[in-house]
Amino acid sequence: MAWFRKPKQKLSASDRRDLPSDVFDKCPECGEILYRARLEQNLFVCPECGYHNRIGAEDYLRLLLDGGEYREFGLELRSADPLEFVDLKPYPERLAAAERQHGEGDAVRTVTGRLEDIAIALAVMDFSFIGGSMGSVVGEKIARLIRVALQEQRPLIIVSTSGGARMMEGILSLMQMAKTSALLAQLHEAAIPFVSVLTDPTTGGVTASYAMLGDVHVAEPGALIGFAGPRVIEQTIKQELPGGFQRSEFLLEHGMVDMIVDRRALKASIAKLLRHMLNRPEPAAAVSPG
Amino acid sequence: MSPAALEKEIAELERQIASLKQMADEHELDVGAELRKLEVKLERRRRESYQNLSAVERVQLARHSKRPLTQAYLERAITAIKELHGDRAFRDDEALVGGWARLNGESVMLIGHQKGRDMKENLRRNFGMPHPEGYRKALRLMQLAEKFGRPVVTLIDTPGAYPGIGAEERGQAEAIARNLREMARLRVPILAVVIGEGGSGGALALGVAARILMLENAIYSVLSPEGCAADLWKTASAKDLAAEALKLTARDLQRLGVIDEVVPEPVGGAQLDWDAAAAQLQAAMTRHLQALTAVDPDTLRQQRWQKYEALGAWVERQSKPRRSGKH
Ligand SMILES: [Zn+2]
Repeated sequence: MAWFRKPKQKLSASDRRDLPSDVFDKCPECGEILYRARLEQNLFVCPECGYHNRIGAEDYLRLLLDGGEYREFGLELRSADPLEFVDLKPYPERLAAAERQHGEGDAVRTVTGRLEDIAIALAVMDFSFIGGSMGSVVGEKIARLIRVALQEQRPLIIVSTSGGARMMEGILSLMQMAKTSALLAQLHEAAIPFVSVLTDPTTGGVTASYAMLGDVHVAEPGALIGFAGPRVIEQTIKQELPGGFQRSEFLLEHGMVDMIVDRRALKASIAKLLRHMLNRPEPAAAVSPG
Repeated sequence: MSPAALEKEIAELERQIASLKQMADEHELDVGAELRKLEVKLERRRRESYQNLSAVERVQLARHSKRPLTQAYLERAITAIKELHGDRAFRDDEALVGGWARLNGESVMLIGHQKGRDMKENLRRNFGMPHPEGYRKALRLMQLAEKFGRPVVTLIDTPGAYPGIGAEERGQAEAIARNLREMARLRVPILAVVIGEGGSGGALALGVAARILMLENAIYSVLSPEGCAADLWKTASAKDLAAEALKLTARDLQRLGVIDEVVPEPVGGAQLDWDAAAAQLQAAMTRHLQALTAVDPDTLRQQRWQKYEALGAWVERQSKPRRSGKH
């Protein structure tokens, strides 16, 4: 995959007209026309150039958990709109619209299940719910999941994708950074492994809390990962940002992530890491180099 | 009385007092009783007006060019600071200062954001916006305090962590995140005080404490009103609306359970009387620190964890059953 990334292009209207859009997709990186079913089979990684298309929380649950089986927690939690926040529309309306469109109550799903037969606690964020922003519900669901990890000695995996804090919850959204970090402090002291998986994009308050507090940081290729968003930085320094800035490869080079892992190898990589941290042997049949 | 009517009456009272004084001078009259009556009324109206400041006005006061900065409190509320420098890895970040200090004779580790007083100092101090090495210096000093069993006091006053190329290269997010986790773990008391601007994660990185105080006209927010306006209203001109909507004043934060006490400022704001502001702050810090130092390390940490674990506002709907997945 090219280190320099061309700006992402959405399918234009004319492109769409040329294609039966429910059957084919055009790769935003290499422009290859791809058969949708083949792309899906390939976990939405372009078979031609390796470009990782964004996928949803459900996809990661299926991808990471044995048999796609899990027990989900915190489904009953909803934001209480503590600020009675209204911008161009009231926050409860935004929440209701997101829930209708998305079928979920907020931007993270928290489950327990097994990954290569290791009992884990898993959180997966979803960027399509108000930009994967972290408010009280995301914070509380992750806090509860970490408590489960502590009680049941389950390694924790968090797959992050987020535009940052949920502004409509004001200071309480900021406090979710401290809340989740305080629980991770306890997990750290209990020496329960935590693997943070960073996917495109992970910025703001999520990066500046749990996403950067893993024992091991695993990034998907080409993911935007940073504290400040590129637009804010450009406005501040008043110059254009260099190509590849804040991409996974840049973070690896600067020592902020341990490895970049292709989505198709993500589950096996996490399993290997966990087995090291849990001091468990590699299963005999699965011993492979690496 | 509406804020506008109040302002009008204050101006009128000030005019009456001035003309009364002038008349007394010119005609050598004794107007003492009259004058006192007017002055008492003026004082009452000023107090009333000050208590009713809008969020927008508080933002202006929090950023006032004459507002006392960390250094001003160091010179007044604290004695004999031995400033310590550097993160031992990259450089010394002057947007954030810290060192051994004495508060009422007790040795404490004092750490604060430091804005500049003028353009020259602001360039050196990057307008109080730290880079990762600033947060790493802060953590180094906190762990130094922990080693010797001394409490940590932080003064928060920053527009935010600096958004720049070097800051990202050196892991701004990682530096902030690590401070959040390590402050939660620290085995000595932490007292945090928001003295001016509490700007987002860059403020929080000094703010994980079981007790948080806030000066009356300080603000603390997930994002600046300007940034929030641009993101949600799609226009910078909505910044006043955003300032109100964000609930970023000391009273708001107390109501939301984020801070524990509002420290009063001199009437009109701390910029009018630095000494009085520092004296109030010193008294509050002393009181809280005394309470915190009486607590054993394990309980201190428990209190900190409990405080943050309770923060947030959610409801539990019983409609949906717990879901199990099988594909
Ligand atoms: Zn491609």
